[in-house]
Amino acid sequence: MYIVDRRLNPGGKSLENRQRFLRRAKALVQGAVKKSSEGRDIRDVLEGGEVSIPLDGMNEPRFRREGGTRDMVLPGNKKFVEGDMLPRSAEGRGRGTAPGEGDSEDAFRFVLSRDEFVDLFLDDLELPDLAKRKLAEANSEGLQRAGYSTSGSPANISVSRTVRLALARRVALRRPRPETIAQLEAELEDCDEARRSELLAEIEALKAKVRRIPFIDPIDIRFRRFETVPKPVAQAVMFCLMDVSGSMSEHMKDLAKRFYMLLYVFLTRRYRHVEIVFIRHTDRAEEVDEDTFFHSPASGGTLVSSALQVMHEIVRSRYRPADWNIYAAQASDGDNSISDSEAVSRLLTEKILPVSQFFAYLEVGEAGGTTFDMPDSSLWTLYQRLRADGAPLSARKVNDRSEIFPVFHDLFQRRGKQEKVAP
Amino acid sequence: MTATAARLFEGAEWDFAKLQRIHDACEEIARSELGLDTYPNQIEVITAEQMLDAYSSAGMPLFYKHWSFGKHFAHHEAFYRKGLMGLAYEIVINSSPCISYLMEENTATMQTLVIAHAAFGHNHFFKNNYLFRQWTDADGILDYLDFAKNYMAQCEERHGRQAVEQTLDAAHALMSHGIDRYPGKKNLDLRTEEKRAGERRLHEESVFNDLWRTVPAGPAKSPEMLNSERRRNLLGLPQENLLYFLEKAAPRLQPWQREALRIVRHIAQYFYPQSQTKVMNEGTATYVHYRIMNRLHEQGRISDGNFLEFLQSHTNVVFQPDFDDPRFSGFNPYALGFAMMQDIERIVSNPDDEDREWFPDIAGTGDVMAVLRNTWANYRDESFISQFLSPRLMRKLRMFHLHDDPEESAGIRVDAIHDERGYRRVRRELARQYDVGYIDPNIEVVDVDLAGDRRLMLRHAVVKGAQLNEVEAKRVLQHLADLWSYDVSLVEVDATDTVLKEHVVSPRRHAAAA
Repeated sequence: MYIVDRRLNPGGKSLENRQRFLRRAKALVQGAVKKSSEGRDIRDVLEGGEVSIPLDGMNEPRFRREGGTRDMVLPGNKKFVEGDMLPRSAEGRGRGTAPGEGDSEDAFRFVLSRDEFVDLFLDDLELPDLAKRKLAEANSEGLQRAGYSTSGSPANISVSRTVRLALARRVALRRPRPETIAQLEAELEDCDEARRSELLAEIEALKAKVRRIPFIDPIDIRFRRFETVPKPVAQAVMFCLMDVSGSMSEHMKDLAKRFYMLLYVFLTRRYRHVEIVFIRHTDRAEEVDEDTFFHSPASGGTLVSSALQVMHEIVRSRYRPADWNIYAAQASDGDNSISDSEAVSRLLTEKILPVSQFFAYLEVGEAGGTTFDMPDSSLWTLYQRLRADGAPLSARKVNDRSEIFPVFHDLFQRRGKQEKVAP
Repeated sequence: MTATAARLFEGAEWDFAKLQRIHDACEEIARSELGLDTYPNQIEVITAEQMLDAYSSAGMPLFYKHWSFGKHFAHHEAFYRKGLMGLAYEIVINSSPCISYLMEENTATMQTLVIAHAAFGHNHFFKNNYLFRQWTDADGILDYLDFAKNYMAQCEERHGRQAVEQTLDAAHALMSHGIDRYPGKKNLDLRTEEKRAGERRLHEESVFNDLWRTVPAGPAKSPEMLNSERRRNLLGLPQENLLYFLEKAAPRLQPWQREALRIVRHIAQYFYPQSQTKVMNEGTATYVHYRIMNRLHEQGRISDGNFLEFLQSHTNVVFQPDFDDPRFSGFNPYALGFAMMQDIERIVSNPDDEDREWFPDIAGTGDVMAVLRNTWANYRDESFISQFLSPRLMRKLRMFHLHDDPEESAGIRVDAIHDERGYRRVRRELARQYDVGYIDPNIEVVDVDLAGDRRLMLRHAVVKGAQLNEVEAKRVLQHLADLWSYDVSLVEVDATDTVLKEHVVSPRRHAAAA
């Protein structure tokens, strides 16, 4: 009898089968993932979780019979005698479906891990301008092994490499082995005179050679070599700008929140560290926390330039463009005072866009409308004009929840190399 | 009571030395007192996750890759995490050496129970039952699965994942009809089988000569020459093993696809005896563990407390809810099998007049184990129940037979109950519930229209008016048509040869066979 302890075997034996299953069910699972991500907080949206997909298309068909006359033998007779007729309503009792697969007739539930969830969520999306051209400075340089060198600090001596080289040199130069000398010396113990002097000479010659050829020579020594390599900036900051003036309804804020949520998830996939800055504005702007951002009412006029000004100041004071990838997403119903246009356009083109990786403007509308109904607002017209002049910003209109993901998808879709990201 | 013997363990903790002691103690009882004959044992301790892994690949330690296993895994995992499903205490594999997986979180008592149950009960049954001896090759199965796994992986490299997946999907859909139900002339030897597959490929490679393709074909044979009689003979029709038929006769399959069908067919065949012996297999294992545990307790090698723990889980295992109990989901094979084995024990050692009348061959012969070993070796569920279900047990379980005819508007008729008039009918009907001939739809390939559009014709012999589920049948036939690469038709006929329904499916364009 053998006892084998399999507990330490690498886990995840089913991983490949699972991936095959997910690949096959991709379209279905993606739909389920999007659905289940509704109604989550920005930061929670990343957690994996249970999804349920329709079984259709994933079934494994078999020839199965149904109907016809049935005979069955059951245990636990209490009062029946031969020839009794049982009304059919009682038929269902006692013939429940087998547990397990039973409830999976129409839906198939299973748990996705966090990584699987987000992968499916963001499949085939890509960050614009992903390679930050400006690499960070000295503090983000990393060391990387780069072979061996003949000089270096003693702490970096590579013993194995050194010994190997020494061995090769000793073999090449025919350094006598200590055993050879010991053997000759043993022979010296009992031998005649003639042989004795011969041996002595030989031993002397060998010993001299041993002294000439050292066991380890300075030329054998090797050091592990390291190179410093610049590391790309692995942190990003995301600015959420939102108009909270009275004209923004709850529905509009909800749309904006969903968009921010997607952007946040997307950025955390790409950067090790992502910070979010919430800036809300009416006719003046302030930095607030998430809760205030989405839920506190505020009233006043609308001056978009105030928010851009605050963003610019925060960038200048806290997020040096050299160290941070800067993303900004602005949500608004499009109202802005005409007199502000000039300030907005100047701030954007001169201050904000040059340091940002991406600037998206999302114009949110009332529920029930369609994007075609929305008249071009003052802000929209302004941004269209800037874009026509070649400013790298994207703008989209949304007025229903279901449009958020398609719009997001559209903005970040993987494109051919030549095509500009900002459409 | 020989309380002198040392306890095998105390409390719930176990370690590998204790497992060894437990195994040895069980083995001693199994060999000397029960006379069991087993394959060598290999006991593997696994975690819950590994148990779930094993669940999803039919309990086998290695298997080729396929998405459906991933689906089962995801499903089981979701259920397990929600706490809707407990995991089995063990899984045992019909191989030599016989591999039993034990869960790490079992207590020492449970490990003893499981070793007695799987490593001796199931093991003996696998080695001795005629179905397993006839249809499975315990020595070769693990090597064969290894071959299958590598072969499928190679196919994926050569022919692309999608093509292999389509072929396997189709083969899996037909798996329940890829079985030889009647023994052929040769024994199955999976090692030779694997070697032959390799030789076949080598031969094909060595004799391949592209010139043959350019040789003009001879004059076409007249359709008269291929009269239907001869054609059917040539193709070995009628054939109920659909996978075998496709492997041999499908016109446009690639050699690797034929091999894939062959692999799926062999694996289906390997599992075939298990589906026919659920009651007997579990009954045997339960009976064996019950005897061994009792004996260990008598010898004082298990403490009273641990024995009570055993009795508690044993009682759970053999619990049979009544038909009107919400927990009822058919006969519990453990309960029915164990009850029948115990009943046989009683009949052999302490029969009453009724037993003497019903079972003259075994009543009162005295040697319980000889009778049981003979039963275990030579019966399957259907024959076992129709031979050995005693009136006393029918009364004890209060069995009754319902006849549900949809034509009958008054309701379902109670056809027979556990009384003098009903015993034989109840027993016959219960045996029939376990007869694979009745459980699986009887579908055969009957003919191929070789002279015309090469349509493959199948026939489903409808029993008791139960026709195929239409949606599923269409899907399976779609897979079948993809493999066959021409139209496939399936007629459902009743006992009087009246056609009830006909399904026709054409192959998909992107079919793997194209």
